Amino acid sequence: MRLDVSVRKKQGAFQFDADFSLTGRRIGLFGPSGSGKSTLMHLLSGLLKPDSGHIALDGTVLFDTTAGINLPPEKRRVGVVFQHAHLFPHMSVRRNLLYGWRRTPEQERHIQPEAIIETLNLAHLLDRGVNLLSGGERQRVALARTVLTCPRLILMDEPLTGLDEEFKLQIIHYLNKVFSNFAIPLLFISHSLLEMRLMTEQVLVVEEGRVSREMATEELAQSAWAANRQGYVNILRLGRPEPQGDLWVYRWGDVRLVLTDEGGSEENIVELDAREILLFKRHPEATSARNLLPCTVRKIFTVGNRVRVELQCGSQQLVAQVVPESMRELELSEGAEVVAVIKASAFRRLG
Amino acid sequence: MFFLQPSDLDAILLSFKVACTATLLATPLGIGVAYLLVHTRIPGKTLIEGLVNLPLVLPPVVIGYLLLVLFGRHGWIGAWLIRFDIQIIFTLTGAIIASAVVGFPLLVRSIRLGMESVDTSAQRAARTLGASAWDAFCTITLPLSGRAIFAGMTLMFARSLGEFGATIILAGNIPGVTQTIPLAIYEYTSSPGGDRMALSLCLVSILLSFVVLLASGAASKSLVRK
Repeated sequence: MRLDVSVRKKQGAFQFDADFSLTGRRIGLFGPSGSGKSTLMHLLSGLLKPDSGHIALDGTVLFDTTAGINLPPEKRRVGVVFQHAHLFPHMSVRRNLLYGWRRTPEQERHIQPEAIIETLNLAHLLDRGVNLLSGGERQRVALARTVLTCPRLILMDEPLTGLDEEFKLQIIHYLNKVFSNFAIPLLFISHSLLEMRLMTEQVLVVEEGRVSREMATEELAQSAWAANRQGYVNILRLGRPEPQGDLWVYRWGDVRLVLTDEGGSEENIVELDAREILLFKRHPEATSARNLLPCTVRKIFTVGNRVRVELQCGSQQLVAQVVPESMRELELSEGAEVVAVIKASAFRRLG
Repeated sequence: MFFLQPSDLDAILLSFKVACTATLLATPLGIGVAYLLVHTRIPGKTLIEGLVNLPLVLPPVVIGYLLLVLFGRHGWIGAWLIRFDIQIIFTLTGAIIASAVVGFPLLVRSIRLGMESVDTSAQRAARTLGASAWDAFCTITLPLSGRAIFAGMTLMFARSLGEFGATIILAGNIPGVTQTIPLAIYEYTSSPGGDRMALSLCLVSILLSFVVLLASGAASKSLVRK
């Protein structure tokens, strides 16, 4: 997907200004609330008209003041999943799902209702009214409804905010499934760094009504680590687990990890705090921790009394956080060999 | 005892005819006006609002007289209609027009309240799903304000059943043609010995109004509960 945007919009005292062009499949729009993320979403979908500028998506002009073009929302083929789902209360789940599909030109309908109903596990909900659905179910229906219009781009406005932790993990799992199965470009709006890292590869940082920076999501996570006292969280995508005694072994690239938690599906996402990783110079003979990974130090980065150590474990990368004193004692340097030791219980399941 | 003359049955039937036709004809217009007032930013909105609500506060006789001036043989509209051989005054059409004008504010008020309570976000969601503004209005806003529309219709229907002042001036009091229940009662009370017959028609009137108001109440109650 290629998106070219240069728009200005004044709303009361709030001035929104954006100039960017980007290519990518999964893009995040990151910023605190009130920074203009939702305004940009409304401008892109056509629900709000910019004062001036132009918007083009994959070469199609959606809006241009000089050429006098302003495609209405229904002609843009830009899907929106709203924060509060906005399902139609007078229709059943089935009619909600098919609302957009019926209005999509036949030659554009490359996604079949059966496929998305199966992916999002909605079959048992089809004949229900939408007022009795749980928060997670509502978001799934809203997502399926939008996917069925086969849009050129899906905008998601904080779809996880306001959901219970348990539903959040479930939705992230479904989101990843949908966007890898149906290959629809995604613009994901959130103020949560973790959600950004789970859903996107690239981010636009929105601050005070303007797009201030554009960078890889991982870069954003690293600069956030440097900027505040928060720890860094590793996000690991693991394969299907196999039982080993009362623990579970997961494949992580060419590395095998032992976890205490059982996971069900093909892909399991877990988080691991960088502070939970112990570094040893040599292989410790015996330890209570279940994971001992031989690694190479890729990069070392010091901020105050925190040291960020980037490790290469086989084909995978991991970030550990230590204090400067340990770095000196371990004689850590780029290219050095270390053993990363992680307890089986240090991992936390995300989806 | 309580009994009805054949002419009373005519009056009851006529009342129904007038009230039904007036309500059904006014509803699409009422929806249109309510939409204009709720969803658009047209200039002179206050003026339209005032004009629509005027019959609510004006004496019906005044409305009847103004309509007579407008639709009479020498009135602006009446003089034009006469060329097509259409006469409004002293006809059923006149009674319907009088009822429609008097009941219209009640209809618009109710529909407007209903439309205002419909969350516009569902309509915006419909737009992003490929529905045009008109499509989204018909499939989302209209069904969601359906109960308010029904409540407005019953209110207007009840008002039309009781319409007297404007009707007697514009359509007159012609038995079998324009004599609705209130007009028949008026005639009975002004003729000697008509008390009993007036009373029986009053009972019919009370019964009818009560049924309609009950229906309206049920509709607006379920609107609140939603």
